[in-house]
Amino acid sequence: MTSTVVAPDSKKDRRKTAQMSDRSKAEERLGQKLVLPAIALMLLVTAFPMLRAIYLSVFNYSLTAPDDREFVGAQNYITALTDPLFWETTLNTVFIMVVTVAVELVIGFIFAMVMHRVIFARGVIRTSILIPYGIITVVSGFAWQFAFSNSNGFVNEWLPFLDNSFNWFGEYGSAIAAIMVSEIWKTTPFMSLLLLAGLAQVSEDMLEAAKVDGATWWQRLWKVVLPNMRSAIMVAVLFRALDAYRIFDNIFVMTAGAQGTESVSFLTYRQVIEQFQLGIGSALSVLLFLSVLVIAGLIVKIFRVDLAAARQEG
Amino acid sequence: MSTKNRIGVVIGAVLILVWCLLPVAWIISLSFKSQEAITTGSPGFLPRDGGGAGWQNYSDVIADDQFRRAIFNSIGISLIATLLSVIIATLAAYAIARLEFKGKKFVLTTALIIAMFPVVALVGPLFDMWRTFGIYDTWLGLIIPYMSFTLPLAIWTLSAFFREIPWEMEQAAQVDGATSWQAFRKVIVPLAAPGVFTAAILTFFFAWNDFVFGISLTSTEAARPIPAALSFFVGNDPFNRPASLLAAGAVVSTIPIIVIVLLFQRKIVAGLTSGAVKG
Repeated sequence: MTSTVVAPDSKKDRRKTAQMSDRSKAEERLGQKLVLPAIALMLLVTAFPMLRAIYLSVFNYSLTAPDDREFVGAQNYITALTDPLFWETTLNTVFIMVVTVAVELVIGFIFAMVMHRVIFARGVIRTSILIPYGIITVVSGFAWQFAFSNSNGFVNEWLPFLDNSFNWFGEYGSAIAAIMVSEIWKTTPFMSLLLLAGLAQVSEDMLEAAKVDGATWWQRLWKVVLPNMRSAIMVAVLFRALDAYRIFDNIFVMTAGAQGTESVSFLTYRQVIEQFQLGIGSALSVLLFLSVLVIAGLIVKIFRVDLAAARQEG
Repeated sequence: MSTKNRIGVVIGAVLILVWCLLPVAWIISLSFKSQEAITTGSPGFLPRDGGGAGWQNYSDVIADDQFRRAIFNSIGISLIATLLSVIIATLAAYAIARLEFKGKKFVLTTALIIAMFPVVALVGPLFDMWRTFGIYDTWLGLIIPYMSFTLPLAIWTLSAFFREIPWEMEQAAQVDGATSWQAFRKVIVPLAAPGVFTAAILTFFFAWNDFVFGISLTSTEAARPIPAALSFFVGNDPFNRPASLLAAGAVVSTIPIIVIVLLFQRKIVAGLTSGAVKG
């Protein structure tokens, strides 16, 4: 959708064109004034570092030998893209993202429906659901790492089919499962809060009308509820997917990347912070950023919601 | 509601409570295991006989100056960042949801790009900049990036909210002679308040939760927030983490969250369930 400068009102009433264009000019000025602080602040902290990351990505640049910096063009990108480790890490990150977001969407929607309908203990339930969200990811990582631990945890004891000495962090499958459990536990409330906000916007009258017309619960869900909360679902999925793709804290705390559980962010962090390879680290950052852009584009396309075009659409 | 639905809701409610509170109960339970029991190995949900520590872990953690200071830093920095970020985001989201102006796409695209940018890549250059400006290792040095990085979430959440508000009321106010600004302040702000509170909570938790900036833009307890402090809190033996001490620290760091959730929660419930926003 192209941006429309003309106020929609003027399309409806051509006799007042002159008056309306004054009004739309005022509207334009007000709009720009209102977004100015947000834009200024966002650019201040990100524009320079972003450009610098792009700039550094074409150098062979290590903090341990800053004087030996040399221009290498696309060499860092080629090195990264031809390294199987990069692709393993990317695949692992996509795997984590798809599984956690899918599970969270289902559980989060169920939670939102329960919270929307529940008539007792609302306060207790809504307070509880905010606790995992508020808890620091580092803490969630520690809690689940200790829960899965075979020396001090309880998970092995509670699962009848597992030997009590089973080491969850000894192999890829179980280690990644433990990381995902922590991630899903911690972030499902985010999903369900946003979905609850969307559910609250669905008109009760419409649901009642559908019910009177003989629609089943399932039909009301798919034909009335879900289409009416599409923008809430999009915001929830978009932010969670992008967040999941940058997963860092949980992996840092729980496995430190062992057993092939490394994510793209963690790989980048290791290059920049641990090995001081700012050149290749910046290239990895740019690649990470580009892949995130692709994911965002896909999600916006799938849900076909354009916030800027919201007014015309509604 | 039919009986079947009612049973479903009850089961669902119980599931939510177990889901949310079991790991919290676990970390509380873990915080009462003694440090000796942890070192030798003490599996199980509850502390074993003789393996309990009483309040020892808590008094150890609270006696720690750095930890106390980190709690103070986190509360102050997160609250200030939230307040400022939500005010700025509300203005921007109103404009995006409601007004026609050049640059709307630019704002949304910028917000999205910033929400997506890998934070790890920014900390190197930010580290340099903050040292130049003299705000490295200060509250301000964390408040600014927290604001920038919570704005996208706040703007997107709020503009999704604002879409659903019955804007005819604003037009009615304008027909009655109110300016755009008056219509915004007198009609829309009260209607939008529930959405703003939700955005405030999301923003606060983002700031509270941050780990990467917390470790890279601070060097002393002057500004170091809780997640960073916890990650440095490895005890005497780095190869054997003091699980129960960490758990006690985690519980203490969760108490402010519970307090704030209790304070804000009523407003969310009132906001999300009232008919004010419904069409």
